[in-house]
Amino acid sequence: MSSIREALAQRILVIDGAMGTMIQRHKLQEADYRGDRFKDWPSDLKGNNDLLCITQPQIIVGIHKQYLEAGADIIETNTFNAQKVSLADYGMESLAYELNVAAARCARQAVAESGKEAWVAGAIGPMNKTLSLSPDVNNPGFRALSFDEAVDAYYEQITGLVDGGVDLLLIETIFDTLNAKAAIFAIKKYFRDTGKPELPISISGTITDASGRTLSGQTLEAFYTSVAHARPLSVGLNCALGAQEMRSHIEELSGLAACYVSAYPNAGLPNAMGEYDEAPHETAHFIEDWAREGWVNIVGGCCGTTPDHIKHIADHVRTMKPRTLPVLETAL
Amino acid sequence: MTVIKPFLRLSGLEPLVVRPETNFVNVGERTNVTGSKKFARLIREGLYEEALSVARQQVENGAQVLDVNMDDALLDGKAAMVTFLNLLQSEPDIARIPIMIDSSKFEIIEAGLKCVQGKCIVNSISMKEGEAKFIEQAQICQSFGAAVIVMAFDEVGQADTEDRKVEICHRAYKILTEQVGFDPQDIIFDPNIFAVATGLEEHNNYGVDFINATRRIKQLMPLTKVSGGVSNLSFSFRGNDHVREAMHSVFLFHAIRAGMDMGIVNAGQLVVYDEIEPQLRDLCEDVILNRHNDNNEATEKLIAFAETVKAKGKEEKKDEAWRQEPVERRLAHSLINGITDYVEADTEEARQKYPRPLDVIEGPLMDGMNIVGDLFGAGKMFLPQVVKSARVMKKAVAVLTPYIEAEKAQLLADGGPDQGAGPARILLATVKGDVHDIGKNIVGVVLACNGYEIKDLGVMVPTDRILDEAQAFGADIIGLSGLITPSLDEMVHVAHEMKRRGMKQPLLIGGATTSRMHTAVKIAPQYDGGVIHVLDASRSVTVAGSLLSNDQKEGFLKQTAQEYEKLAESFHAKKVVKNYLSLPDAQANKMPIDWKGYTAPAPAFTGVRAVHDVSLQTLRPYIDWKPFFIAWEMHGNFPDILTDSVVGTEATRLYNDANALLDKVIAENWLQPKGVLGFWPAQSQGDDVVLQEDGATVRLNFLRQQSQKAAGQPNFCLADFVAPAGADYMGAFAVTIHGLEQWVRKFEAEHDDYNKIMLQALADRFAEAFAEYLHEQVRKEYWGYQQHEALSNEQLIKEEYVGIRPAPGYPACPDHTEKYKLFSLLQAEKHTGISLTESLAMYPASSVCGWYFSHPQSQYFGVGKIQCDQLEDYARRKGEPLEYAEKWLRPVLE
Repeated sequence: MSSIREALAQRILVIDGAMGTMIQRHKLQEADYRGDRFKDWPSDLKGNNDLLCITQPQIIVGIHKQYLEAGADIIETNTFNAQKVSLADYGMESLAYELNVAAARCARQAVAESGKEAWVAGAIGPMNKTLSLSPDVNNPGFRALSFDEAVDAYYEQITGLVDGGVDLLLIETIFDTLNAKAAIFAIKKYFRDTGKPELPISISGTITDASGRTLSGQTLEAFYTSVAHARPLSVGLNCALGAQEMRSHIEELSGLAACYVSAYPNAGLPNAMGEYDEAPHETAHFIEDWAREGWVNIVGGCCGTTPDHIKHIADHVRTMKPRTLPVLETAL
Repeated sequence: MTVIKPFLRLSGLEPLVVRPETNFVNVGERTNVTGSKKFARLIREGLYEEALSVARQQVENGAQVLDVNMDDALLDGKAAMVTFLNLLQSEPDIARIPIMIDSSKFEIIEAGLKCVQGKCIVNSISMKEGEAKFIEQAQICQSFGAAVIVMAFDEVGQADTEDRKVEICHRAYKILTEQVGFDPQDIIFDPNIFAVATGLEEHNNYGVDFINATRRIKQLMPLTKVSGGVSNLSFSFRGNDHVREAMHSVFLFHAIRAGMDMGIVNAGQLVVYDEIEPQLRDLCEDVILNRHNDNNEATEKLIAFAETVKAKGKEEKKDEAWRQEPVERRLAHSLINGITDYVEADTEEARQKYPRPLDVIEGPLMDGMNIVGDLFGAGKMFLPQVVKSARVMKKAVAVLTPYIEAEKAQLLADGGPDQGAGPARILLATVKGDVHDIGKNIVGVVLACNGYEIKDLGVMVPTDRILDEAQAFGADIIGLSGLITPSLDEMVHVAHEMKRRGMKQPLLIGGATTSRMHTAVKIAPQYDGGVIHVLDASRSVTVAGSLLSNDQKEGFLKQTAQEYEKLAESFHAKKVVKNYLSLPDAQANKMPIDWKGYTAPAPAFTGVRAVHDVSLQTLRPYIDWKPFFIAWEMHGNFPDILTDSVVGTEATRLYNDANALLDKVIAENWLQPKGVLGFWPAQSQGDDVVLQEDGATVRLNFLRQQSQKAAGQPNFCLADFVAPAGADYMGAFAVTIHGLEQWVRKFEAEHDDYNKIMLQALADRFAEAFAEYLHEQVRKEYWGYQQHEALSNEQLIKEEYVGIRPAPGYPACPDHTEKYKLFSLLQAEKHTGISLTESLAMYPASSVCGWYFSHPQSQYFGVGKIQCDQLEDYARRKGEPLEYAEKWLRPVLE
């Protein structure tokens, strides 16, 4: 199999779509989430999607395969919340490592069964606690989590993902850059400690609204500057916005980034019912436009997107040229 | 293809890119417990709120990076660093700039790095404890993505000589880049600034050592930066700020020229090099450059001089009669005459006399301003004077504000009632995509003079932010400003959104392209809370007055609405009357130019050439003063206006003030002109012109007049001025004036709107003067088709020259988006640093661009309104969807 870097130099790669949206289609109940192993677990587990890698692995493998068949070149492990800080919601801190290994194996299995050339990205989510913002309005200096705790939790997640066999690490849906910096710190530390060759890092931030800033207040350029030390394989944006709203930001990023550029928007903005209803051909149409402009290297979908969206996107960008890497000058 | 330059890039909430033309980065030093007694006390006493206001002041005074240092023996430095940085993150106006985490203890640095999302600078690491420790610390900094300051310090000690400084820095550089993998641009050296004039001869060369070392470091390692703590230099003169400030300025003058990029300085306290009294400057120069200094001669002289400064203290007393009057009269006198010298002392005196600080504002200060307002209303004072009065008022209010705040806090603490509504509030903003704000600033000042509380959101403000801030601020009125045509649509959008949000505040519309007609036809129908077009600043006062008076508001809005309805009706009625030609008919009536027997002049070069060596002095005679006076709302021809019977005296005063400022701006190089021009072989094809650029073609699309003309009058299109076959050329240019912002910020910090607006207006004039000058160079040399031209500035202003330079977005070629082609042909962003906003405004705002046509029959004209057939044709030619063309051509569509 060729390396992802070689592939990126040749063509636009397609990353998969939403996991949560696909899990919802299975209409799973509390008992399905628990499986046999957790039938007596003291807290409710319905909605703990990452747990399905252990309790319903065939469903997760099935979803991965649907995306691979639709044309995805990169699939993300089902590990958005799989570190001990977020898992504390279910009292499952101790399962963090195991969940990540299981999730990576589900994805690997899907790739193997599909017979396709595809890469597995270990998904590292933003956590449910932020390092730059105080949850207490009356005490702006307060932090619910320390940098060291975040690094510790991410380190364990990364260990599981690497042991499970992922090809790259994807820090995604970043709304507080300091959390992302903790993840970067943990990745660098992990590979320094173990002496293993460092896996490529992809970084994907989230612009939360029309202000063009992250939730923690940074402009796009400030965000990129703050994470560039990861020397990422790619940097990009996902979630919160539909492709239409994301367009100008992707354009800007394309002019800034020294590495490859990724973009996987939501299927539009949620409608009045909180559902995403942008049709696959509509999403694909927007993304095709970015490709034509020469702005992107990796495209796909986030919340509300389905294998059908990914198929439309893949069909549209298959023959289009990827963004060429900028020239990095070494003199002023 | 995108090119990424190896600049030092830092970030807070916003990015800071240190480019070669950045010149000097100010690092704010007051949030440093070792340097500021006040800050140290606040931190020790846990008064973090106040400590944050120290940081805020630094930002407001122009600090581009904030140095935070908590190294105090009486403090838990780590805890203080963490607490302060965490609090600082929730203050967006401070957190917007990058942080420099400053400590001699690495554990404090590490704790600080864990609190900040942006890319910081670590100050500092060094090899004093050996290479291993240095590498370990550098790696940690790198894992946080921080840039580092490396002190010129090794196992032996701190580098004091030039050679040692260079040698240690170079050694550190090799370790960082080769072993740790640091990017060279993330390395900043601090080659140690030590105290000079200490009396010890071995210290005398410290200034020279630093300056020379800086020069060599930058030659040897050009991507790195050099920084330093400047106040060490003058340590021997502590207590004598006058001498210290002079020393710092002289030192920086030389060090920056040698390549110093940033420094920890109190930006508010630097004197301007040229303004230092010559004797003191020479003495400082001798001491710092170690000249004439055998046996400490220069040092002794400076010390002797310093003694006289100390002794002198206050002298200078003008026996002006008005100073003998009661404080109220003195304040009024200062306000009316715009005198700032005594206002702070007088305000303080009044504060002690009146029971409450607010009484001073509501009493003598407002009385004084009311006189100003009356005189202005009666035409006895002019805008420049009013702005000066406002400067005095702002300074007075600044004296009182802390007391008013303290009183408020006290009242609240005592459980007292909140102090009522206060003055009416007006929110101002220049809309998204537009960068022009001189007019809006003037409106803000004039309204503030009339007692309104103004919140000015600045330029390029998106709709949602305007409306969110208006709601948070409790604005009674919202005012929008814009200068370029796309801003008109943006204003329609704001009005639309106000309705959607169910807002009630009246909306004021102002700015050069706005008009009563556009407001009546497009904006007013979007919003029913009242939309009023305001022609100029002086009218804003009466309009605001009517809108905020309970008696008048309803009637005023009703009357305006009726007027606008009538206007809109007449507009819609008129539309039908005008006769238009079909596009083919208009094209058939093109400008008849006989191309046979015409030989087009060839330019001296084709392609692009940057023009960076034009001085402000050269441009000065090209200034067109008339628009300058219009900016100040003084209408009339120059120079007649100077002797006008009504405004002459004031116009002369304004003109003199402007020239005094110009002298200074030129002498001290405040502003930097940058330009670029280019020429390409060109041929017209219908209404397009096709340029040859390095073998590729660039197609420029122009529009043609379509209204029915009188017999013999052609329907103009710019393409008609270029030959359809055979050799011909077109040119283009873009010019800009850099450097305005830091001075604007300085004047803002000094509450000096008068000079701020003056400087902005002058920068605009310089940009236009540059365009005029460059066009002359084009005619005489670059294109050379009028080598013997000799026109006076008046003749230039009257456009008596041959050939034209129309700008995309203006009447002859109203499509702003053609600027993209112009910018790409010229590589204008690279050569001039001008960028285009999403509405195609140029930033910096003082910029001009345009096309060059040389044909003797080429002339300026306005396209006027065009018809659907041309719109469709244009969209097809441009290869853009119809909606795109429709959006950008809206101002010329019916």
